[in-house]
Amino acid sequence: MVLGNYKSVISARAADAEILKRSQDGGIVTQLFAYALEEGIIDGAIVAGPGEEPWKPEPVVATTRAELLAARGTRYTISPNMMLIKEATRSYGLDKVGIVGTPCQMQAVRKAQLYPMAMRKVPDKIALAIGIFCMENFPYQGLEAIVEDHCNVKMESADKMDIGKGKFSVYTERGAVSQIPLKATHKYEQPGCHVCLDYVANLADVSTGSVGSPDGWSTVFVRTKNGENVWSKAIDAGYFETKDIASVKPGLDLVTKLATDKIDKNKKFVEARATFGVNKGLRNPYI
Amino acid sequence: MANKITVGHVHMSGCTGCLVSLADNYEGLFKIFDDYADLVYCLTLADVRHIPEMDVALVEGSVCLQDETSVREIKETRERAKIVVALGGCAAYGNITRFCRGGQWNQPQHESYVPIGDLIDVDIVIPSCPPGAESIRNVCVMAYLLLQGTDEQKELAAAYLKPLMDLAKRGTEACGCDLMYDVINQGLCMGCGTCAASCPVRAITMEYGRPAIDRDMCIKCGACYAQCPRSFFNFDVINQFEGIMEAIDGAMGKGGE
Ligand SMILES: Cc1cc2nc3c(=O)[nH]c(=O)nc-3n(C[C@H](O)[C@H](O)[C@H](O)COP(=O)(O)OP(=O)(O)OC[C@H]3O[C@@H](n4cnc5c(N)ncnc54)[C@H](O)[C@@H]3O)c2cc1C
Ligand code: SF4
Ligand code: SF4
Ligand code: SF4
Repeated sequence: MVLGNYKSVISARAADAEILKRSQDGGIVTQLFAYALEEGIIDGAIVAGPGEEPWKPEPVVATTRAELLAARGTRYTISPNMMLIKEATRSYGLDKVGIVGTPCQMQAVRKAQLYPMAMRKVPDKIALAIGIFCMENFPYQGLEAIVEDHCNVKMESADKMDIGKGKFSVYTERGAVSQIPLKATHKYEQPGCHVCLDYVANLADVSTGSVGSPDGWSTVFVRTKNGENVWSKAIDAGYFETKDIASVKPGLDLVTKLATDKIDKNKKFVEARATFGVNKGLRNPYI
Repeated sequence: MANKITVGHVHMSGCTGCLVSLADNYEGLFKIFDDYADLVYCLTLADVRHIPEMDVALVEGSVCLQDETSVREIKETRERAKIVVALGGCAAYGNITRFCRGGQWNQPQHESYVPIGDLIDVDIVIPSCPPGAESIRNVCVMAYLLLQGTDEQKELAAAYLKPLMDLAKRGTEACGCDLMYDVINQGLCMGCGTCAASCPVRAITMEYGRPAIDRDMCIKCGACYAQCPRSFFNFDVINQFEGIMEAIDGAMGKGGE
């Protein structure tokens, strides 16, 4: 289950130049939601919109293209997108809800569908769940420490943040780049990430991330019947440029390697927790 | 259908919200009663006075210790039902009835309301106030498969129901604090916000990626903890979400729409 079930995997980027301008990678999430919104496949999508503090996302229910565009890019800190899952169907009255989230949030979506104890009217209203690859996440204060203390950049001056090739990079408004080794960020990771056994959002309809594809492109897994249906329509309508995943570098091998590394490491941690104390363990949420 | 299971709705001290939630399956409710289950007891819907033998008892509400009838009926329910389900926050955890202190017209002495698990063994718990219509539907379908299905279906149903059985063993107290004790204090929270969405009284907000619980508002329904993906996550079952949703839709006559 390293890469989860999937029907196809491809390298792609949005055809819309305006979306690509500020998207994190190939603009897959924003483009696919924008397409689905136009076509009435979704009535709106829960995304990580801009919040009050710089780089602190606030979940929002986006019902317009402008709101989707305002939420482009990656904020490497927690955005509790599931918080709005009932709100979207109640206060906003959506019948077809889109949601983007990390692999753990996709797990929350599917648990909510199968065990909808407190999720009245949610199970049949999830119209498109897009997952984003995720190695780890940071609490907001952790991100602040990385950016301000380690990278020496004020949060408000940061224009883009990125993780790749073993580095955490901050690009400033004035064109400077500040990089630190990813190793230096590990101690700021959110603790709950260390028991996480999914890298590529196995439970999404469609999942995407940068790893595997060239800069500016994304790797896209199409996972469910529903995901396949939406994705193939969007491709037919010309919303994406695509490349065979086998033809791009570094390709699927790197995705598989990183996913395996994450899962192996975290499995060990889950096991280690079982004997954390003296003959006492911490809880394993998976049994 | 020949192999229908028998189901009863046993009403203790509750507001009938759980029964309404069952009814909120709309045509699905008829499908359940047409094809899978006979409703053999339900004070609101069926004219049967005494608790009969049945496969599944869905118990709504907590037990008032000063009400002899309630105490007797919950024991009879245990004796006569194969599977006892604590349906909803009151039956499972006491919920809002935990805050009764007597003095109400016209039975001022009625003051102690306890979850049914304090008096009998409970097999399955469905938390929340009220539990989502779809969760009751899923448990009904799974209970049917457990009792009447093929070996393969029995296996799936057992796996599906296991976490809800584990919740029943976990105890008869639950509140927002459980997120602190069993998720955050255990280093498991990853800030998804599901708990905040779950809370029927909006006692939970997300502050810097973690739930903040207004404990004065919490009614002890147990929804937030049960719905949290880090309270339980059953890879065997949830990873098959697509097939299971299709199977349930198929069972409810909604396939191929
Ligand atoms: C914490 C984190 C870690 C990641 N780690 C990896 C990794 O190891 N490897 C990899 O290949 N990719 C990783 N990604 C995914 C990657 O950064 C991009 O989000 C993804 O490629 C989508 O880019 P895009 O251009 O298609 O999307 P865009 O069109 O830019 O849209 C991105 C969407 O994601 C939403 N979003 C942004 N931040 C968050 C957040 N914190 N939580 C939930 N939703 C959010 C936005 O609201 C927007 O809708 C990570 C993302 C996050 C949030
Ligand atoms: S590492 Fe796992 S738990 Fe942490 S944010 Fe990413 S998907 Fe969620
Ligand atoms: S549902 Fe669980 S994991 Fe998600 S924010 Fe609440 S306590 Fe944390
Ligand atoms: S915090 Fe809300 S959801 Fe959790 S037990 Fe209390 S009332 Fe229920």
